[in-house]
Amino acid sequence: MTKLTFQLNVREYNSVSGVRGPLIIVPGVSDAAYDELVEIELPNGEKRRGLVVDSQLGMAIVQVFEGTTGISSAKTVTRFLGRGLEVKVSEEMLGRIFNPLGEPLDNGPPVIKGEKRNIYGDPINPAERIYPEEFIQTGISAIDGLNSLLRGQKLPIFSGSGLPANTLAAQIARQATVRGEETKFAVVFAAIGIKYDEFLFFRKFFEETGAINRVAMFVSLANEPPVMKILTPRTALTLAEYLAFEQEMHVLAILIDMTNYAEALRELSTAKEEVPGRQGYPGYMYTDLASIYERTGKVKGKKGSITQMPILTMPNDDMTHPIPDLTGYITEGQIVLDRNLFNKGIYPPINVLMSLSRLMKDGVGAGKTRDDHKELANQLFASYARAVDTRGLAAIVGEDSLPEVDRKYLLFGELFEKKFISQGVTENRSIEQTLDIGWEVLSVLPETELTNLKDWQIKKYHPKYRGKT
Amino acid sequence: MEEGRIIRVSGPLVVADNMREAGMYEVVEVGDLRLVGEVTRIEGDRAYIQVYENTDGIKPGEKVYRTGSPLMAELGPGLIGKIFDGLQRPLEAIASLTGSPFVARGVKVPTLDRKKKWHFVPEKTLKPGDNVEGGYIIGRVQETSLIEHRVLIPPHVKGRLKELLPEGDYNVEDPIAYVETEDGNEIPITLMQKWPVRVPRPYKVKLEPNEPLLTGIRILDTIFPIAKGGTAAIPGPFGSGKTVTLQSLAKWSAAKIVIYVGCGERGNEMADELRSFPELKDPWTGKPLLERTILIANTSNMPVAARETSIYMGVTMAEYFRDQGYDVLVVADSTSRWAEALRELGGRLEEMPAEEGYPSYLPSRLAEYYERAGRVLTLGMPERFGSVTLASAVSPPGGDFTEPVTSNTLRFVRVFWPLDVALAQARHYPAINWLQGFSQYVDLVAEWWSKNVDPQWRQMRDLMMSILIREDELRQIVRLVGPESLGEKDRLILETARIIREGFLKQNAYDDIDAFSTPQKQVRMMKLIVNFYNRANELINKGISIKKIMDASGDIIAEIIRSKAVIRNEELNKYDELEKKLNGVLDTLSKSVGA
Repeated sequence: MTKLTFQLNVREYNSVSGVRGPLIIVPGVSDAAYDELVEIELPNGEKRRGLVVDSQLGMAIVQVFEGTTGISSAKTVTRFLGRGLEVKVSEEMLGRIFNPLGEPLDNGPPVIKGEKRNIYGDPINPAERIYPEEFIQTGISAIDGLNSLLRGQKLPIFSGSGLPANTLAAQIARQATVRGEETKFAVVFAAIGIKYDEFLFFRKFFEETGAINRVAMFVSLANEPPVMKILTPRTALTLAEYLAFEQEMHVLAILIDMTNYAEALRELSTAKEEVPGRQGYPGYMYTDLASIYERTGKVKGKKGSITQMPILTMPNDDMTHPIPDLTGYITEGQIVLDRNLFNKGIYPPINVLMSLSRLMKDGVGAGKTRDDHKELANQLFASYARAVDTRGLAAIVGEDSLPEVDRKYLLFGELFEKKFISQGVTENRSIEQTLDIGWEVLSVLPETELTNLKDWQIKKYHPKYRGKT
Repeated sequence: MEEGRIIRVSGPLVVADNMREAGMYEVVEVGDLRLVGEVTRIEGDRAYIQVYENTDGIKPGEKVYRTGSPLMAELGPGLIGKIFDGLQRPLEAIASLTGSPFVARGVKVPTLDRKKKWHFVPEKTLKPGDNVEGGYIIGRVQETSLIEHRVLIPPHVKGRLKELLPEGDYNVEDPIAYVETEDGNEIPITLMQKWPVRVPRPYKVKLEPNEPLLTGIRILDTIFPIAKGGTAAIPGPFGSGKTVTLQSLAKWSAAKIVIYVGCGERGNEMADELRSFPELKDPWTGKPLLERTILIANTSNMPVAARETSIYMGVTMAEYFRDQGYDVLVVADSTSRWAEALRELGGRLEEMPAEEGYPSYLPSRLAEYYERAGRVLTLGMPERFGSVTLASAVSPPGGDFTEPVTSNTLRFVRVFWPLDVALAQARHYPAINWLQGFSQYVDLVAEWWSKNVDPQWRQMRDLMMSILIREDELRQIVRLVGPESLGEKDRLILETARIIREGFLKQNAYDDIDAFSTPQKQVRMMKLIVNFYNRANELINKGISIKKIMDASGDIIAEIIRSKAVIRNEELNKYDELEKKLNGVLDTLSKSVGA
């Protein structure tokens, strides 16, 4: 974690030769360090901050965090502070609310004790990672049973506007446990460009559940300048890394909403006149998102971990939009919320077929959850996929003209959605309960259809045989 | 050598002047931290440098130090079983040097351990005075229990062997031989040689691939086979199983050496391989997989310029082992991330973009990469053949196969394993779409199957394919007019196709028994399925309804489908019992209608 930062003297300049969107051009500078922090003093005495994004002999381009309104070319003073963007991190930050520069938003005192960290962090050495294998029980069947979350995994929620992603995230934050374990647990919450009422929802939720003392919130609101949104997840993850790898805590990092982040990134990229990639998003958006999402995991020699749950809103519910698309290529799966299920009144409206947990295979099964978990999950996926397919057919040719086995699949599909996926906002199911419900809904299908399950599993868990051997 | 001066820093792009003598693609060290970079454009005395590490804190006025040499790979004993970044820096050694789980900048550790001694055995047939040239095997080092490292005279060296040192322990820099060239120079030969990664290593002749690279994955071996020295692309949207398929290839393929390039992908995936490969056994030799594997990890959050070099690093190491006479497989995940690195770096240089912001030279770079595959007659003596097979994932945005990286890749590969999101969502893995996929090696490898496994292979494969194609047509009809309208034989097609899909094509990469099928098991399974189809066809001819056939054989068909994960490769006789049972049921049906 000892990032090589740099130390230079403070240098002051008295002119700005150009202002372009969030960028200002400072002439006469020949030794600005790339990514150096700059303080900008406006004619009225107001101070803002920015970073060097392009340094040349005789000129530096500085990106201003708080926006460039009111900056004039004559009377603006710039001070190059000789260091990168650093925040102080400490355990004291739990229970508090900050802006992305690490300054308090809760009327509390500033963080005094604490260690300075550059917010960009260094990449984790792949050879030093520990592969995630511990099952986190969220109490939600569609996740635990079919798309399990493991400690050290990054698993985003793909939502649509108006879908209950916040409720689901709050339920997960409240219910998530690793069974049979009492550990130091913390939530780092990055609210990126969210609406004020969303902020209130989460604050109230954390206060009511008594979790607030375990939570550090970093907030930039929807109306703040784009640079603040770019900094929010990085500052939050800098604290998360400190808590996980220096204080040995298990950290759940919730980032909401990554769509706001990506929009801010596009806005800044356009201001810098960069060559755009798909739909105007910068060509480096994959790399940029990865520099956030990859700050997750467990490393050798440290007890703590970071589990990441980013939440994003798919524009027009389109999963192929660049934001969910690039996210899905980086994260270890995705939980997808579905408007049709939501309209049917099903909570959580998780589309299990489009959802995926890439790491699940290593955290479930005998000795971890239960010895039928993997095969049962495969069977539920395969059967539900066929049920959905059959629904499409039934809509065209009519249910009556379908063979008997297809009609059974239709029944299975209904039961699966109503009993397995659907559950209460405060209902916390154990993994055994989840799997038993899975067997129950499968039992409406003929046994010859259960080709993903092994014979002994059917004999042991199928309701028809249960307790009879 | 002259030193340059930085005049501009913008992310990974650094511009320096006073660089008149610098060459294109020369490696330089940038700034006080001496970060590694490569010259990618020259204008007058200005060099544009692509820096492989984060440039925070670097400022104009700092120096640029030249090395006079392009980016080289170190080749020699000590590569196998290791994990490197895109610049071939050993990641484990970096961790033990820095004591940190993070990769800090400016750390310099040589690729090959300079202190480790290797036991070198000189080639007995060679003696001082013999004429030697590039590619001659002058001795051997047992690198792992699986890999005998053959020590080669580097390409372009030619002359008289002056001295060959005796058997003994040497480090990679100790001379083990001296060659006197025609112009009288004496060249020391060491266990290590270096080679510029962007230049293909030479060989005598490139030959047509003729032997399948067996993988134990049924749809790959039987439906869309790849040959040793071939090229394959696996495109698919996220979540369709690219990585799992590539990992299966890396685990089970019959290559002598596997090089796995994690190019801009997830850190946890590399951790998965580091964790599982020492424990997993190579099915062909029973030895730990790590003893034949080299990992290159330049994950998505590691510097983007080093991501660009990672696939060249991988293929250069592959050619080196090919030159020793081995079959090498390079698995790259994913070439789209590599292409994005090109786009990002091109954008920084303000190059004119072509399609979707990618540089116009994307197709030629892809072609250069895939053309480094092939089966060759190597340089030097003794005469030997080696091959480099390239299999790469492609990650099309939004799953759109018409985008530039996928469509250009298709021009240069001969096997296409397209992944289908609908199959993946139904957890049908490998989710390769059997209607869209193709292999141009089927004809080339059919002879091998016929000679070594079963003469019926080609015929059974083609029958299975025709059933699958017909099934697709029938399903479209069913969607329009309902299942009632199908004839008996068409329904048999649907039933048989289901057995092929669920019992043969679908394969669980994480099931002990199912994960790997020998060619013999594959053929045995095919025979059973084809037998069912033919016999059921006869019964229908006799007037027995498909419903009756399925009612009578439903249980045994469920058993056939499950058999892939029940019957082991070494107990294929159990298939005879299964076949007997099936025949029994069908015989009874046949008798019921009388003669």
